[in-house]
Amino acid sequence: MPAVKPKSKPRPEVLPGVRHPMEKYLRTDRLPHIWCSGCGLGIALSSFLYAIEELGIDPNKVAVVSGIGCSGRFAGYVKMDSYHTTHGRAIPFAVGLKLANPDLNVVVFSGDGDLFAIGGNHFIHAARRNADITVLCVNNFNYGMTGGQLGPTTPPEARTTTSPYGNFEHPFNLVYLAASAGATYVARWTTLHARRLKESIKEALQHPGFNFIEIISPCPTNFGRRNRLRDALDEMRYYADKAVIQHGVDPAGAEVVPGKEFIVGKFVDVRKPTYLELYRKKTEELAARFG
Amino acid sequence: MQKTVVGYRKAMTGHKAVAEAMRQIEPDVVAVYPITPQSEIAEYYAEYVHNGVVRTELVPVESEHSAMSACVGAAAAGARVMTATASQGLALMVEVVYIAAGLRLPIVMALANRSLSAPINIHCDHSDAYLARDSGAIQIFAESAQEAYDYMIIAQKLAEDKRVRLPVLVNLDGFTLTHTLQVVELLPDEAVKGFVGEFEPIHPLLDVDNPSTWGAFAMPDYYFELKRAQQAGMEAAPEAFLEVQKAFSELSGRAYRGFFEAYRLEDAERAIVVMGSTAGTAKVVVDELRERGEKVGLLKVWLWRPFVREELVKLLGHLEAVAVLDRALSFGNMGALFLDVTSAFVHEDKRPVFVNYIYGLGGRDVTTDQIKRVYEELKGARPSHELRYLGLRE
Ligand SMILES: Cc1ncc(C[n+]2csc(CCOP(=O)(O)OP(=O)(O)O)c2C)c(N)n1
Repeated sequence: MPAVKPKSKPRPEVLPGVRHPMEKYLRTDRLPHIWCSGCGLGIALSSFLYAIEELGIDPNKVAVVSGIGCSGRFAGYVKMDSYHTTHGRAIPFAVGLKLANPDLNVVVFSGDGDLFAIGGNHFIHAARRNADITVLCVNNFNYGMTGGQLGPTTPPEARTTTSPYGNFEHPFNLVYLAASAGATYVARWTTLHARRLKESIKEALQHPGFNFIEIISPCPTNFGRRNRLRDALDEMRYYADKAVIQHGVDPAGAEVVPGKEFIVGKFVDVRKPTYLELYRKKTEELAARFG
Repeated sequence: MQKTVVGYRKAMTGHKAVAEAMRQIEPDVVAVYPITPQSEIAEYYAEYVHNGVVRTELVPVESEHSAMSACVGAAAAGARVMTATASQGLALMVEVVYIAAGLRLPIVMALANRSLSAPINIHCDHSDAYLARDSGAIQIFAESAQEAYDYMIIAQKLAEDKRVRLPVLVNLDGFTLTHTLQVVELLPDEAVKGFVGEFEPIHPLLDVDNPSTWGAFAMPDYYFELKRAQQAGMEAAPEAFLEVQKAFSELSGRAYRGFFEAYRLEDAERAIVVMGSTAGTAKVVVDELRERGEKVGLLKVWLWRPFVREELVKLLGHLEAVAVLDRALSFGNMGALFLDVTSAFVHEDKRPVFVNYIYGLGGRDVTTDQIKRVYEELKGARPSHELRYLGLRE
């Protein structure tokens, strides 16, 4: 049988000869990416890469773990140690990775469905333990990859392929969930707030324990189109109009309700013993006792 | 074949065909989680529910494990229940599929066959079906969207047959069948409703006057007997299957007869055994080779679990050589279908030479040329333990 030729993919150049400054962190042979035009995942990814660059972190010391979904492709695109887990299992994989090699900065980069529907249980337990990882959740309010179905963050009355007349379920308020489960750094931004998002990722990467950042992002193809935010610019304008930057707010009241103002900013930034610290303390204690 | 009702023909995808069968059956509860290449089944069904076309309770659960758990709960309560999944979805669900079978719950599920990770892949093979092979669920394979539609309806009646009461998986090849447009003849809604009838639960949990306990402990004192009783359900399935299939054929005019479809087998010398859409490709080859005077045939498996060995021996016993095509590996052994087919001949003195091919993993295309090569290689085939690979670059 004839050898299968790899598909030759055209490399679109926006400006001839001009490269993205963060290209060194990408597996360019994997490009162009699969994301739709107007998707916020690119902004989320570049914010993360700029954060790594500006902190001067050795990319060899960063591991990126993703679940499944459009956002799951992060792991495949970054030129760092990365792993694409099964759907929902990014966090337990990352926790294991961090325990095996505590020198790594372990980042989970995944979607709202992956982290809070099928993988929700892992999230609360990693936060409870204050496991030493950073979770970046790109929230597009639906299951993007599988065609835009209702998920755990879908707002009330939003239309999806499985709620054609509007969602009637209560959604999660992710920052409240994270804070109440025990996360020690919790923030929310949108892809409009790229610079603040980057600064926040920098903080999270340096903050010990379980860090969580919700990144609200447009999904024009699946979510926006069905919810009067036809293109990504509409959604960006919506963020500009409705997002209110405030820090230190009680996340309990920080719901994202369509048509209403919503709060972005840092909700939690506290220090408490991390899982690794507690683990080490216990082993030292036992070593002292039993030699 | 004569039929009792007049159907209507429409071009539709396999997804739609399955969703239409579900709409006509109109189960009480559907719990489902999206996964490629199944998602559109859930989406079509959501549309029916939200448009008030069906009175089903649709539960958009947060994972397949929850989907099957919700199905088990609803079925134990006495509801007629359906779901659909694929690949990793079934892998996550399988813990509870075993429980559905152990509790003798007649849950019907469409499985849009897709390969299992790792590496991740969204295209067709049968590794997901093989994963649930020993789960206690009945498994049926469809060759076309039409068969997927028909067997969803047959499955419902079979699952609920009081002699059987087991979950049924209806397999349809992901993308090849789910996403392609084919002409499907649908039965009138009332014909399907009449055919499946009312569901009569046994000891439903919601029968508060006759309280019962489900899923209770069975220690070494009773577990064994309960499992034997479950096997009895499986043993009763072939007879029930034939009855339901016959009744369905009379209703629809589509001639489904038996556990296997024998295609130009009577005088054949060489044959292929296969499940799913590849049977369609193989039939084209059989016709072509027949025109050239080659005595070749095909055996397509409809009912894979339970596997009816006696029938198989009758159909294949006269052949010289048979190639069994498995669309999944059973690591460390020959293909699972090959083992099924060959073990059916364990007591036979006269038997064909059997060859095993693994094909189409991860959606690798299966061409008529490859199938031709199989028929060619069957000429003068000798017994061997070699596992062959079709369409693999080595
Ligand atoms: C066990 C399992 N169930 C279902 C799927 C199908 N699936 C793939 S991605 C996805 C949802 C992704 O949504 P989200 O995490 O919000 O990410 P997005 O695509 O929106 O970035 C689903 C349900 C799967 N891959 N595995």
